[in-house]
Amino acid sequence: MRVTLFVPCFIDSLYPNVGMAMVHVLERLGHTVEFPENQTCCGQPPFNSGYWDEARAVASKQIAVFKDAEIILSGSGSCGAMFKVFYPELFHGQPMEAEAKAIAAKTWEFSEFLVNKLGVTDLGARFEGRATFHDGCHGLRELGTKLAPRELLKHVKGLELIEMGEAETCCGFGGTFAVKYPQISTAMAEVKCNSIQETKADYVISNDSSCLMQIGGWLNRNVGSVKCLHLAEVLASR
Amino acid sequence: MTALADPPSHQFQVDANRTSSDTPRRAAVRRALSNYQTARDRTGATFTDWKSARAAAATIKHEAVNHLDQYLEEFEKKFTARGGKVFWASDSKQARDYILNLAEAKGVRSIVKSKAMTGEEIHLNQALLAKGYGVVESDLGEYIQQLKGEAPYHFVFPCMHLRRDEISDLFEKELGTAKTDSPEELTMIARRVLRRAYIEADMGISGGNFIVAETGMISITENEGNARLTVGLPKIHVALIGIEKVVPRLGDLALFLPMLATAGTGQHLTGYNSMYGGPRQPGEIDGPDEFHVVFLDNHRTRLLADPEQRDALHCIRCGACLNVCPIFKNIGGHTYGTTYQGPIGSVITPHFRGLEDWKHLSGASSLCGACTETCPVGIDIHHHLLHNRRNAAAQKPAAGEQFLWKAFAFLMKRPALYKFATKFAPLGSLLHPLIERTMVDPVRSWTDTREFPQAPLHSFRAQFKAHQRAKTSATSNGGAQ
Ligand code: SF4
Repeated sequence: MRVTLFVPCFIDSLYPNVGMAMVHVLERLGHTVEFPENQTCCGQPPFNSGYWDEARAVASKQIAVFKDAEIILSGSGSCGAMFKVFYPELFHGQPMEAEAKAIAAKTWEFSEFLVNKLGVTDLGARFEGRATFHDGCHGLRELGTKLAPRELLKHVKGLELIEMGEAETCCGFGGTFAVKYPQISTAMAEVKCNSIQETKADYVISNDSSCLMQIGGWLNRNVGSVKCLHLAEVLASR
Repeated sequence: MTALADPPSHQFQVDANRTSSDTPRRAAVRRALSNYQTARDRTGATFTDWKSARAAAATIKHEAVNHLDQYLEEFEKKFTARGGKVFWASDSKQARDYILNLAEAKGVRSIVKSKAMTGEEIHLNQALLAKGYGVVESDLGEYIQQLKGEAPYHFVFPCMHLRRDEISDLFEKELGTAKTDSPEELTMIARRVLRRAYIEADMGISGGNFIVAETGMISITENEGNARLTVGLPKIHVALIGIEKVVPRLGDLALFLPMLATAGTGQHLTGYNSMYGGPRQPGEIDGPDEFHVVFLDNHRTRLLADPEQRDALHCIRCGACLNVCPIFKNIGGHTYGTTYQGPIGSVITPHFRGLEDWKHLSGASSLCGACTETCPVGIDIHHHLLHNRRNAAAQKPAAGEQFLWKAFAFLMKRPALYKFATKFAPLGSLLHPLIERTMVDPVRSWTDTREFPQAPLHSFRAQFKAHQRAKTSATSNGGAQ
């Protein structure tokens, strides 16, 4: 299958390993991975701030870039939700509505794609350690992703997965919310991270790097010992 | 109450600073709500199919709200036929004036009141007290808040933020009772005061949980029996109810009463469920001589006129969206500065009190969607927060913010420029420690409390290109490695 990656701006600059891990996993499964150079941002920041004209300006560029893709794969549940759920709303009644819907229809979140489209759960990965999984809210509630990442992690040799009490509680990132209301955002991160620590896990895994930036940001300032990993990084390791 | 000179958005930031760092209070609220969650999960599981119950509830409320005029008139006809009186108040002033005039005309001196958020909404107690009437809240939580001189913290659990010893101290100070740690004793203290209030009151005021069009009755559901006494004992009763509380048929309560109890408190049914159809009828032994229903619009019709957010009128005020909201759990109810706290409050307050002044509540959300997931009547709560943000930006764009997003769009529409800009990320990371957490740190509101990740030397773009190159050269070398 020809898989076209959407690598959001912050994964591109801050977490390139996540993108590369996705490439490795997909290539090992025999798929062709593409990365259109002209992609930039899904447009979620202005969209969530209420500036929909500006969001549409950015989004329409991505729609053009991904027009010919067979499968669009996103390493962030949040950007995936933007393509899949919010593009149709953003372009509702607009000239590009049909194109936006077409993009939405072929967009997949990484773990959902592996488990529900390809039917793969065992990637032959090996990763030694005790880990807990954080459900990114956009993946969980906009896309309905809950079981797929756990299915995949269950088959990782050496990995012990412990559910935390607040797995489904928001980490407090929320895009611009994190800097507009830093006090609330940080309090939420603290609740999340306390729950992570209660599991005594060495790693917190998620399918959303934006959440991991928030969780890692708090952990690195306050704890230091728990490491953040994207699901793809765990699945790519041998 | 904060002075009006302080805009609500500023008051919100200040209060959020204080409350989000109040670790013990946050922990207590979280504990209480986790007990709620356990109870709710247990009761919710006894529904054969919660999902279809939810869908059915949404359908019924949709029908009711989209035929509001018809169902309210049906209620009025049935209710007035039994001697009840209905007053239609388009705003809070009309509602207050009606009740004040009634009290004056009937020579009322003291009033007992059961829980009614509509009363909070129109600042009824303040108006009554200013005219010299004695008013006593008969719901235990509301009574405690009244003694404390504080607005309810949560529209279902008014004093959930208070510890038992704080309540005991409050009673000691205000009522002169001895300190106690027993919840039963605290309840008995309040009960003694309240019993007297019922007997002395010549007017009772309540809210209403449902307006049943078919029978012309209002349904009140409660756990203390105080609403029953409030309606039943005084000679005059006034029920102040928002117009959206209507359901078409009596049979609908078979779904809504257990649903409200489950979502609200995790009970199968609340302790007391009563139906009131008007004043005491000939041959009946109890009930008020006069029964007035005040229907409150107060901008609800504004919400009705918005097809996108009209479903917010489906709300049965169960409070579940507050109970699961991570924002509510961390900042508490008073920080909102609104009658209706939490996610649903953030959605409807801009409609009730002005978007410009209250749009910040829609911004103060991570849009996690826990509210929408839990709402028993399926209101699209968190997407409405997004809609409020869009409407606010369209109505009056904030100059700086609009410029920022225009610049952002300018950059993101130009891949070459964007790629050029991201080349500086590693350099930025390198230099960032020099200014980190200082006044000139552009990401200071992040770095004050959290580490910012280091940008690695090679972006994904660069690594992917190198990877592709290596693959092509491997194949052109005959695939040998
Ligand atoms: S919005 Fe839904 S969850 Fe929130 S109080 Fe209303 S009915 Fe309950």
